[in-house]
Amino acid sequence: MHAFGQILRTEAKLHLRDVPTWALTVALPTFILVVLGLIPALREPSPEFGDQSFVTYFTPSLLVITLAMVGINTLPTVLATYRERGILRRLATTPASPLALLTAQLVLALAGILVSAALLAVVARVAFGSPLPQHLLGFTVALVLGTAALLALGLLVAAVAPTAKTAQAMAVPVFMVIMFFGGVYLPRFLLPDFLADVGAYTPPGVQALLDAWTGTAPHPLHLGIMAVVAVTAGVGAAKLFRWE
Amino acid sequence: MPVIEVTNLHKRYGDTVAVDDVSFHVETGDIFGVLGPNGAGKTTTVECVAGLRVPDGGEVSVFGLDPRRDAARLRQLVGVQLQESQLPDRLRVAEALELYASFYRDPADPAQLIDELGLGPKRNTPYDKLSGGQKQRLSIALALVGNPRIAILDELTTGLDPQARRDTWSLIERVRDRGVTIVLVTHFMEEAERLCDRLAVIDKGRVVALDSPAGLVSAVAPEQRIRFRPSAPLDDRHLTDLPEVTAVTRSGPQVVVTGTGDLLYAVASLLARHRIVVADLRLEQATLDDAFVELTGHRLTD
Repeated sequence: MHAFGQILRTEAKLHLRDVPTWALTVALPTFILVVLGLIPALREPSPEFGDQSFVTYFTPSLLVITLAMVGINTLPTVLATYRERGILRRLATTPASPLALLTAQLVLALAGILVSAALLAVVARVAFGSPLPQHLLGFTVALVLGTAALLALGLLVAAVAPTAKTAQAMAVPVFMVIMFFGGVYLPRFLLPDFLADVGAYTPPGVQALLDAWTGTAPHPLHLGIMAVVAVTAGVGAAKLFRWE
Repeated sequence: MPVIEVTNLHKRYGDTVAVDDVSFHVETGDIFGVLGPNGAGKTTTVECVAGLRVPDGGEVSVFGLDPRRDAARLRQLVGVQLQESQLPDRLRVAEALELYASFYRDPADPAQLIDELGLGPKRNTPYDKLSGGQKQRLSIALALVGNPRIAILDELTTGLDPQARRDTWSLIERVRDRGVTIVLVTHFMEEAERLCDRLAVIDKGRVVALDSPAGLVSAVAPEQRIRFRPSAPLDDRHLTDLPEVTAVTRSGPQVVVTGTGDLLYAVASLLARHRIVVADLRLEQATLDDAFVELTGHRLTD
């Protein structure tokens, strides 16, 4: 336990020293929100978005950026770098459990996501009068499951990538797919129904986040899919993970 | 009492045999060298001892324990410094040691270890701002921070300048003086000769010799040669009569005496009896390098 605390503390310091990465993770979605919110037309409620403004409608999609960056990009890159540089191998010679290092990474990834989500929700509320997530329980469950699904996918990438470069190369297509179906590139109302539906089932499950944000309980099927992805990818990662 | 026993160790990667048949034991408190050219199987051997690799055949026992089955217990007792293992760039020296100290039940004091390794002024320096020698010393410190009873150090001084190398050597001797048994993997003759109590010479996955450095040299190349210029004429017969002397030759004013055993003492006594003073005295002995060539048929560093 003492060792885990020390690992978590040390890894947290290392994360905080990497200012560009964490600043981007935490601030990018909020930054995009603010830029979009500066356009008056996007602040007007419109029947197309269920009588909300575009800014409000788009906020959950912006959250997908953080989830995808942390889960598919940062986490696998950190772990692949540690493997590439023999850091994991060196740890394997000590009584430290490599699992403790992995857990610490997941805790920090989750912390980054939560801070980013909180900042986004608060700025959306204060600056643009968007409501905070209405169905708080549903939102928390959707966020946790969606995050778990993405982190598990990230671990799967980290499990098979021998170097940081390969991890990043493998992450790019996954990242694009997630951003696309998450409605980040094109708002989801512009996507054909079929593609928008696919997005509901693609991690992190933007439909469930959107529903919970606007006050509807997320669809159990949407949540179930995220849980299945999280478990499947997680088990796959655990089976394939190599310390060297 | 042996603390490490390796018996008929065999390890292959696919079709490549990395370690063919290696046996040796290491006594408590020794500095034991594993010497051989690159690719001889040295690293694989010690990685099996450290429990990082599973042998395909043979036995490895450390403190009577199995490195794989009893890994949790042995990791408290064995400190390992690996080749080519780095740390995160932004991790500072003191943080690295405090982190590693937290893994052990009875760790050394990180601050004291930092001073002992001469890293005091660098305690708040991030890893990527350290010089090669400082990184190497930090790596050694990490292997020692758990107060291990055995330290396995792989290619400890590779990439260091001569001064840093000598500093590291005296550090290793101080560590041994504290009672730590040391296994030293090296391909430097000078390092093995200076530090090791005993050493295993490994070539192509097999142990070709197992002895002290001096023992290896005298077993392989027992001949010594003394050259000198005598102050007064000396009859060769006086020299050849000595049991230690095998041959006497002359080149100009120089006498060259070849022999074995305590040759220098025998010749010096003879010269003293005849009240002959010598100039330009030189003793030539085979080195570990010569012994290695004799044992393996090739030089260590090609």
